[in-house]
Amino acid sequence: MNVRRCALLVLLCAATGTVASGQGSLRPYVIVDDAIPASLTGTRGDPGRGRAIVVARQNTCLLCHSGPFPEERFQGNLSPSLKGTGARWNEGQLRLRLVDASRLNAHTIMPSYYRVEGLNRVAPAWRGKPILSAEQIEDVVAYLATLRDE
Amino acid sequence: MIVNSKRTQWLAPVAVMLGFAAIEVISAHAEIPLGERRSGYADLAPDTKAMQDDDTANPGMLWVQDGEALWNAKSGAANRACADCHNDARTTMTGVAARYPAFNSKLGRPIDLEQRINLCRVERQQASAFAYESKELLSLSAFIGKQSRGEPIAPPTDERLRPFLEAGLEQFNRRQGQLNLSCGQCHDDNWGKRLAGSLIPQAHPNGYPLYRLEWQAVGSLQRRLRNCIVGMRAEPYDYGAPEYVSLEIYLMWRARGLPIETPAVRP
Ligand code: HEC
Ligand code: HEC
Repeated sequence: MNVRRCALLVLLCAATGTVASGQGSLRPYVIVDDAIPASLTGTRGDPGRGRAIVVARQNTCLLCHSGPFPEERFQGNLSPSLKGTGARWNEGQLRLRLVDASRLNAHTIMPSYYRVEGLNRVAPAWRGKPILSAEQIEDVVAYLATLRDE
Repeated sequence: MIVNSKRTQWLAPVAVMLGFAAIEVISAHAEIPLGERRSGYADLAPDTKAMQDDDTANPGMLWVQDGEALWNAKSGAANRACADCHNDARTTMTGVAARYPAFNSKLGRPIDLEQRINLCRVERQQASAFAYESKELLSLSAFIGKQSRGEPIAPPTDERLRPFLEAGLEQFNRRQGQLNLSCGQCHDDNWGKRLAGSLIPQAHPNGYPLYRLEWQAVGSLQRRLRNCIVGMRAEPYDYGAPEYVSLEIYLMWRARGLPIETPAVRP
């Protein structure tokens, strides 16, 4: 994070009374209430790519969630269905829930998909890396926002 | 929501009275009430249950048979068989698997059943220790475990085990890995639910070593624990690490009273 961006974030925080964050190699972001209003990449994600990310096994969403994925045989039931999430939350709220759901609920089992600090015994292959990249987060946010049918 | 309220609950120290009141554990959150504890067997599909129930269909019995042959085979510089010291395992080994890990005074720390087998290999038979997950070690521990089938898990009331039990409990509830999960979040808070296609069991160690359909082989409890640790994207410990022994001590304590099922069958 360069010094000027840092200073800008601090100013924003002071102005809105919220928390600025950015860890290691991750891009900084600003939390306002229960949301990260601004895109992590500065651009809109792609909902088609987002859907592919959500259903891909290695991204772990369907371990816990089910959703409108008729082609997927194995979907978890540890958490709310992703159906209708776009009607319940706006993009900024979805972004914070993906980036670091533990900021909203310290006891949640939902992993923080864009966080590298405060973790224990991470296997070497994953160490220092977020589960999803900023681009992937934006794609997933764009996709979840389209899930408006309850 | 249920998950959260359960985990934020802090229980007062609970003195557990179940034959070994000496051990008292302070739990960080609601454990599964004793009356609701159930073996992973309870959640098996009917055909998997049938496979475990029938010794002629249970693939784990092949390992048990190999273990019996090893039990009776003279080995090492001492040219002695397990049977030369322990006679007929059907009588001398009953209940042993139900009370391991146990504290070893000479080593000054607890050891699991596999480590006990290897101590006999090295000290009594003057032979080399078997490698973890080797056919020999799995076979002998399956054979010894089978002698406790149906016996309730009965952890020793040995105060020297207490710090290791507490370490195991702490490990069970510590979040780890890139997914930042704890064992308890799945196995205490969400057992019975589905993690993608897999039913989450309560994580009882009462069937090990067991035949896992996914492995197409018999494997140890440590292999199972490594699977879960890798699943959390955490770094697994080396086989034989003291962390596995303390985790096993806690899992055995948590499963107290459940019958040993070795060699069990699991998906
Ligand atoms: C290990 C379990 C787990 C995994 C993996 C997981 N989630 Fe979640 N998720 C939860 C739980 C539990 C909640 C409920 C809220 C809470 O506990 O914070 C939740 C809530 C949500 C919500 C808000 C839903 C609502 O309607 O309130 C969204 C959106 C979401 N998850 C998306 C995802 C996506 C996308 C992925 C993968 C990139 C994912 N989750 C992976 C457990 C998980
Ligand atoms: C995200 C969920 C999750 C976490 C976290 C997890 N496990 Fe598991 N565990 C499972 C599932 C699912 C199975 C069932 C096996 C299968 O079908 O893959 C299982 C199986 C087991 C079993 C075998 C039970 C039997 O009947 O044979 C044990 C023991 C176990 N886990 C212990 C642990 C321990 C100890 C930890 C922490 C180090 C842990 N697990 C973390 C999901 C989890």
